[in-house]
Amino acid sequence: MSEPILRVEGISKTYAPRGLFKGAGLRPALASASFELSKGEILGVVGESGSGKTTLARCVALLERPDAGRIVFKGEELTALSEGVLRKRRRGIQTVFQDPYASLNPRQKIGDVLGEVMLVHGLATREALRDRVAALLDQVGLPATAADAYPKAFSGGQRQRICIARALAAQPDILIADEPVSSLDVSVQAQVINLILDLRDRLGLSVIFIGHDLQLIDFIAPRVLVMLNGEIVETIPADGSIADARHEYTRALMQAVPKLETITG
Amino acid sequence: MALTQSRSTPAWRAGGNWSLRIGLAGFALILLAAIFAPFVTAFDPTAISLTNALQAPSWGHLMGTDHLGRDVFTRVVFAARVDLQIGAIGVALPLIIGTVVGLFAGYYGGWVDAVIGRVVDVVIAFPFLVLVIAIVAMLGPGLINLYIALTVVSWVLYTRIIRAETIALKKREYVLAARNLGFGHLRIMFRHILPNAIAPALVFAMSDFALDVQVGATLSFFGLGAQPPTAEWGLMIAESRSMMLAAPWVVVGPGAAIVVVSLVVSLIGDGLADLVRGLDE
Repeated sequence: MSEPILRVEGISKTYAPRGLFKGAGLRPALASASFELSKGEILGVVGESGSGKTTLARCVALLERPDAGRIVFKGEELTALSEGVLRKRRRGIQTVFQDPYASLNPRQKIGDVLGEVMLVHGLATREALRDRVAALLDQVGLPATAADAYPKAFSGGQRQRICIARALAAQPDILIADEPVSSLDVSVQAQVINLILDLRDRLGLSVIFIGHDLQLIDFIAPRVLVMLNGEIVETIPADGSIADARHEYTRALMQAVPKLETITG
Repeated sequence: MALTQSRSTPAWRAGGNWSLRIGLAGFALILLAAIFAPFVTAFDPTAISLTNALQAPSWGHLMGTDHLGRDVFTRVVFAARVDLQIGAIGVALPLIIGTVVGLFAGYYGGWVDAVIGRVVDVVIAFPFLVLVIAIVAMLGPGLINLYIALTVVSWVLYTRIIRAETIALKKREYVLAARNLGFGHLRIMFRHILPNAIAPALVFAMSDFALDVQVGATLSFFGLGAQPPTAEWGLMIAESRSMMLAAPWVVVGPGAAIVVVSLVVSLIGDGLADLVRGLDE
């Protein structure tokens, strides 16, 4: 395979404690995580809550500065950039967050949400903006009329589509999906997952898909990182299967999923 | 795919937000009366007519006349120009300054927040009215100095409100998304945080408006605000207080005006609070 689009080398993050008992029982939220991501690849990340999945997502998107380690994106070391230069690179790595109800500014119309991204980065002219917004909405399966509505007019699944459209407006290379379907109804989860997979195929996006459901992640992503207590404890390779997982935690995660036959007996 | 249209009509239209309706109607009436004061009354607010001094209310003089024979109703109406201006400027300057400062304190946190927080604590530690009087006494009487004093004293209240809102909002995922999209700090603060943080400050501004009108009247009463012969409610009460028992109408008119304006603005504040709650479901 060619040079990876993203190389993460030993990033760590420990949140500074506040208040009286500073330094008591500090455990890093993320301990020396390393992985690579190639163009067009879907990388799964799985772990229970508190395992450092979201910290990993925020650090890779540089929303949090890692305490140690390097993040190299398209040959450039992002962790070495100043905040000012980094701001211009940020659009290359976009995030879709877990809670679609908190992810959209309630006072901004959808057309302005999408338009703002393109205007700030000079990706569209004012004249062409309406068409570009309509095209983005179409890409995520929403009608062009959605541009004139405020977020409160939309359901959770529709909002998550809008969040994906907002990420696409920045024309990113990497999409980080941080548990994008955990707060959605089961009936719309599949639609949003299929949308992300479809966009990967059409746009050649690289995707980091984070979740807590091992079976789901294994289904979506060929290669899966398993996280526990801030560490990547196992990498299930693309040609491997979760059935061959060696780490006891991964096996425990697998057994935690109820199987149909065991229930029906 | 069809959009799930929100079926809820705005709270002020559906639920009959009477506080807001009555408040706005009353305020509009007072504002129009102030603007068109010369058409509301036939008298000149400063024309002295000693032969007509201290006449009781009648059809000719709705609120009677004062010790210099000036029509009290006319002076009450013209005074609204001054008192509404005190309320408006006394709210607008602190609102703007306090909001911007609170936004920076809440957004940047750290030493910026610590420095601003200490300044706010110091200003809040002083009794409100005492500090206003002290500042005006130091700068000299007059409306401009009253505005300066009101601003110096009350920006901190808006700073506290906006700072608290900003701290809560900056952890929201849409603010994280804005940073992720490479937006600048000013854009994030003013476009993404401010519109969602401003509502409680606006609600507070309404009660602050009433308070400022009262403080303006109080300072004019002490001779530190509007100066004679300007018609101003507090000043009118101060000028007439020796006649209060013999001719109560000279103080009832301006006193009632202060009460009515305070009431109307408080109603708007209440209604606004309901409206904001309705908007955010």
